Amino acid sequence: MDKIEQNLLEQIADLHEVPQGAYNIRANGETAGRSTTENIDIVTKADKPGIDIIIKAGTKKESVHIPVLLSQTGHQEMVYNDFFVGEDADVVIVAGCGIHNGGDEESRHDGIHAFHLAPGARVRYVEKHYGSGNGNGRRVMNPTTVLDLAQNAYMEMETTQIKGVTSTKRDTRATLAAGATLIIKEKLMTHGEQVAETDFVIDLNGEDASAHVVSRSVAKDTSRQVFRSCVNGNSRCTAHTECDAIIMDDACVSAIPEVTANHLDASLIHEAAIGKIAGEQLIKLMTLGLSEKEAEEQIVSGFLK
Amino acid sequence: MLELKNITYTVENEQGRSLDILRDINLTVDERFVAITGPNGGGKSTLAKVIAGIITPTSGQILLDGEDITTCSITERAQKGISFAFQQPVRFKGLTVKDLITLAAGRDISISEACNFLSEVGLCAREYINREINASLSGGELKRIEIAMILARGTKLSIFDEPEAGIDLWSFNNLIRVFENMHEKLGGSILIISHQERILNIADRVIVVADGRIRTEGSREEILPDLLADGVSPCAVLTEKL
Repeated sequence: MDKIEQNLLEQIADLHEVPQGAYNIRANGETAGRSTTENIDIVTKADKPGIDIIIKAGTKKESVHIPVLLSQTGHQEMVYNDFFVGEDADVVIVAGCGIHNGGDEESRHDGIHAFHLAPGARVRYVEKHYGSGNGNGRRVMNPTTVLDLAQNAYMEMETTQIKGVTSTKRDTRATLAAGATLIIKEKLMTHGEQVAETDFVIDLNGEDASAHVVSRSVAKDTSRQVFRSCVNGNSRCTAHTECDAIIMDDACVSAIPEVTANHLDASLIHEAAIGKIAGEQLIKLMTLGLSEKEAEEQIVSGFLK
Repeated sequence: MLELKNITYTVENEQGRSLDILRDINLTVDERFVAITGPNGGGKSTLAKVIAGIITPTSGQILLDGEDITTCSITERAQKGISFAFQQPVRFKGLTVKDLITLAAGRDISISEACNFLSEVGLCAREYINREINASLSGGELKRIEIAMILARGTKLSIFDEPEAGIDLWSFNNLIRVFENMHEKLGGSILIISHQERILNIADRVIVVADGRIRTEGSREEILPDLLADGVSPCAVLTEKL
């Protein structure tokens, strides 16, 4: 693995070397490393690009890292990864994609991650997207995440894109059975002429299913963001979605919420707030001795922390 | 030492007529504890904002230790040693109490140092240090964090705009103690805008600002009885207590 790839790995997975436990590193379309454990198996798909990650029932305190690195300009791929998480397993899954594009051709990673959580399974899923490189080639990532939560399953998804991705369309679809819980935290920053679209469709099908989605984003320069969320309460359930955006310069942010209650006891809330940094926040930090620019940086980094 | 020379601040109202908010204010602050009082809308908060650099006066001059700071920005004044506690503290999504205390101190401070400032204002440090400065904090809690930030800065001039506003009675007793302590600890001058008799009572000098002018000033012994006598008492509560 070269310096560029190491840097990408550090950015997306906080990894300085190969991780502990199970992992699969994909670099420019090839498997650059793989490790399995007694409880976690990783198998290459036979019919299409991608892997199956099979986590045995009852697996506790284990983690899986599956970073994807693209450093060849013009490399484009479509990858299918399936996660089968057994009953009552409790694991951390760290995914993420880093693109370094030093050339002029478009580099692109489209990933479809499907999670199948058996009853009682618990997953913390961390996904980071990052782009770098001085080339004129676009850096494109379109992650699709499909979440299927069986009874009493629990999933926490943290998805972050802070820098360097020219264009992204993030699609997340979830279905929740009775007693299942889904928590999604999205953090997004766009700058330059970047475009980011986020779509959440959540179906709460089982009794007492609950979903909580928090999206915080900052749009700078002439970048554009669209946040769509569609929550369907199909039984007695609760859902809360929240989209909070800071807009700067000549950027544009749209928040399009949709909540549908198909059941009398579905309780669904959506909150959306878009606005520039409040003048009084800047003034407060300036009275502490920060310049206006430093104050702005503090406010933005705190907001996306 | 802070000096204000002939400070005026004039704005245009909706009808296009000019309105004097501050009229020819001349003021020197070199005592340890100076209180400004006076009726609502009299120009007290505007005066504090003029000193902190948030409002630019229409005319006049501001000097800090002899240096003309009239054209200095908010940041420059902060760096030269002026602190300002807002009447209505600002909320920040994401920034924690520790973050703001650290920014106020202007250097990396240890958790225990940050906790000391919080304990000083009567907040259980362990409970608050990692809290976000968001809507989950009450007005009274925010006011105390605001004061803790001023303590962390420890500058030569600390301005407080109605620190008692929004603080409940129980906390108010503690607040008085905080200011009494601060009087001892902070090396510099404290300039405090207040309607509260008990705060005015610990001031070295009391200045009454009304209708954009300094109506009167002097020691608390000279000013407080007069406030009642001439009917320009700062607030009804004070009138009753006096």
